[in-house]
Amino acid sequence: MSNKLIFELYSEGRVGYRFPEQDVPAKPVSEFISGGVKREKAASLPQVAEIDVIRHYTELASKSFGVDAGFYPLGSCTMKYNPKINEDVASFPEFADIHPLQSEETVQGMLELIYKTTESLAEITGMKWGTLQPFAGAHGEYTGMKLFKAYFKKTGDTKRTKVLVPTSAHGTNPASAHISGFDVEEVQADERGLVSVESLKEHLSDEVAGIMLTNPNTLGLFEKDIVEIAKLVHDAGGLLYYDGANMNAIMGKVRPGDMGFDVIHLNLHKTFSTPHGGGGPGSGPVLVGDKLIPFLPVPDVKKEGDTYVLDCSKPDTIGRISGFYGNIGVIVRAYAYILAMGSDGLKKASEMAVLNANYLKERLKATYHLAYDNTCMHEFVLSAETMKEEFGVSALDVAKALLDKGIHPMTIYFPLIVHEAMMIEPTETESKQTLDHFADVMLEIYKKAKDNPEQLKAAPVLTPVKRIDEVQAAKKPVLRWISE
Amino acid sequence: MFPYLPQTEGDIKEMLEVIGANSVDDLFADIPDDIYRKEPLNLPKGISEYDVYKKMSALAQKNKRGVSFLGCGSYDHLIPSVVKHVIKQPTFYSAYTPYQGEISQGVLQSIFEFQTHICELTGLDVSNASLYDGHTAASEAITMALNTRKKADTVIISDTVHPHTLEVVKTFFSDNDVKFKVLQSKNYLTDLDELKKHLDESVAAVLVQTPNFFGYVEDLEGFADAVHENKSLFIISSNPMSLGVLKSQAEWGADIAIGDTQVFGLDKYFGGPTVGYMAATSKLMRKIPGRIVGQTVDKDGERAFVLTLQAREQHIKRERATSNICSNQALAALASAVYLSTVGWTGLKKAVELSSGKAHYLYERLTGECGFNPLAENDFLYEFTVTIPDARDVLKKLEEEGIFGGVPLSRFYPEMKDAVTIAVTEKRSKEEIDRLVDLLKRVVK
Repeated sequence: MSNKLIFELYSEGRVGYRFPEQDVPAKPVSEFISGGVKREKAASLPQVAEIDVIRHYTELASKSFGVDAGFYPLGSCTMKYNPKINEDVASFPEFADIHPLQSEETVQGMLELIYKTTESLAEITGMKWGTLQPFAGAHGEYTGMKLFKAYFKKTGDTKRTKVLVPTSAHGTNPASAHISGFDVEEVQADERGLVSVESLKEHLSDEVAGIMLTNPNTLGLFEKDIVEIAKLVHDAGGLLYYDGANMNAIMGKVRPGDMGFDVIHLNLHKTFSTPHGGGGPGSGPVLVGDKLIPFLPVPDVKKEGDTYVLDCSKPDTIGRISGFYGNIGVIVRAYAYILAMGSDGLKKASEMAVLNANYLKERLKATYHLAYDNTCMHEFVLSAETMKEEFGVSALDVAKALLDKGIHPMTIYFPLIVHEAMMIEPTETESKQTLDHFADVMLEIYKKAKDNPEQLKAAPVLTPVKRIDEVQAAKKPVLRWISE
Repeated sequence: MFPYLPQTEGDIKEMLEVIGANSVDDLFADIPDDIYRKEPLNLPKGISEYDVYKKMSALAQKNKRGVSFLGCGSYDHLIPSVVKHVIKQPTFYSAYTPYQGEISQGVLQSIFEFQTHICELTGLDVSNASLYDGHTAASEAITMALNTRKKADTVIISDTVHPHTLEVVKTFFSDNDVKFKVLQSKNYLTDLDELKKHLDESVAAVLVQTPNFFGYVEDLEGFADAVHENKSLFIISSNPMSLGVLKSQAEWGADIAIGDTQVFGLDKYFGGPTVGYMAATSKLMRKIPGRIVGQTVDKDGERAFVLTLQAREQHIKRERATSNICSNQALAALASAVYLSTVGWTGLKKAVELSSGKAHYLYERLTGECGFNPLAENDFLYEFTVTIPDARDVLKKLEEEGIFGGVPLSRFYPEMKDAVTIAVTEKRSKEEIDRLVDLLKRVVK
């Protein structure tokens, strides 16, 4: 049955699930609704037995790769281990079976969860309060940008229409600023790979609403001028937004609030160990300093004595940003992680993340070109540019060669400011043995690139499919199965 | 001491030697001293797995479950056991976005199948890997319309659309020069004549919902023609379960279909994670937000799946992207796809049939022997609205008996003091429904 779509397993008359019998006197639904609204064309959904479903998806699972299967050093994505206790507690029916519109009295556990998680995240980031509603990092960025807008609307400073973004930023930063109604201006990095203070000064004006930064940046380098940058931006009347994608480097070591940031989003599916689920659901809480609290989305959760209440009475709020309260199922897992790790564990996690990255960097930098030779934080960026010139082997080829070794490749071709970039983030949950194995494999790949580049370019050969034709996919899009 | 951190003291020492650093702290030397944190975070120290279990269990116990007649965007449907078994497969849930196609064929194929399910249900041509929820999906759909009708700046939304959708959309566009007209309904149904009065060249899109927020089935005959004559885009939001019996969005002539697949195999989970779905006509293919999986071949000519049409996306286009969406609700979308694969078309129709039969049974009893007035006498499937005197107090008393009797609409519209929206799914037994009726008879004076 391999390679078949579930739709292609169709067998007329097969049933995958048995519903209970109707137990009330009922007329057929066709009698409840007028003819004009009735569906005309049946949908071609699968008809399969329960075992077909399980075999099909088990087959698909066997053709996928997760952290549980092996090393996954995908830079900027923080593919750390997903603790299993988090999955167990998230499946408690007293969490899963709760309706979002139950009365406050019946959801005290949920409201306490939201309140305490917000409180913990505010402490970890050095901020004052926040919202857990954003569904993902990009949704958090959008929320942060709306907070910028609301703040300047309130202060009457509406000519601030520009947001500064470094050239090394995640692509979501400019996209989020743009959809929130800002014009985006790029700030160059200097020869250290850091935001150029001189360049920043040239960009600052009374038209600038603020800057979006990640620190450490996407090169894995700590923006050591951050205090000066914050002062410059604030003195120019702007605000600072912290993209928390790289927060895993600094927990318990330094806090964005102490660096001078006004608003920050976190990715619970990165730093706080919740699973990525093949692309989601994530969660992108936003935390803010005092001056942005009035603008946070509604509903907010407040504590009154021993009870928790939903608060919709915020006159300056940006409004509602999601249907209900965000991805609560993800937040349960993150809160369990915060409890398990505590102040000491979170700090140690960041320390080990940085140690692991520096160790790998040292093991690889004599062979591969290191884009910026500095002490790195939780990740570092190699470049395959010279390899490509010398042997014709690209970052993509190195990535595909790793697939045959049972290792998920690093992030490639990002950040955009490094040619043939290979961005490696091992995370703290990997052992020295795993790192050594990866380093050995990388050195072996380099040797092969030199000795036998053609063989390398044929990789992968051990995967369920060979190298995929992406050009055809985009040229002649086939985006769904069609019944014959 | 920390089971998620494998490095031993010995490992750390060896690694520091290779790095050439004296201590782990040395690696953080780039952090300026005045902001470097010397104090521990003000959080409790870490605890054991079993202590985490106990604490989380105690927290969970502070929530109350009940026999639920609640709807308004989240429903208590049956979930086949296979759904959770599939999404617990470690290579599904511990995977990232499938950037590396060759080792992600399973995830990619499952998304391709999800897209197919959504296209089949909505009748439209193109779908994506999922959006956050049904409410935010409306913002994305409207963005598509505004990007298509570049000179238009107005969006018409029926007032029978979920009020949270309206709020989310208004927040989304509050800083872009977009105007919203909320269309007044007639007897809790969207009024075509009223719509026609507001259609002019400034209108980019019209958004309606069926079944609407009050549970009523909208008859959208003539809507698409009016909207398209005006060169605007027609967006229909639907509880996808209803598509088992009601006209699909394509059959109504919509350009974009949106909604939320929570009804397909997902826990209510206090509102999230759910899945925003979207489908559109092929004309709008390159304006769709988010991840899209396409079918292609590998170099041996075998069928393969891959993320495609990425030129729309923010990592390529940056500020010119069609949307900023990146992470989506993939694992929840997988659950919905497994649900649909398991119950199939006949199962889907069966779920609507059972739910609607039960809802009408309850409706007859409430409006008959209990004497409650319906909000309107419109067609509905498995959700309807009635007026119950002193609704809030009555619901409170039901709650004490372990029954969540309905959603008081005063939560959304303070002036709708006694209106209660009640949803009855296939999960409710006759016994539970009868008990609700008995209690109401007793409680309502």
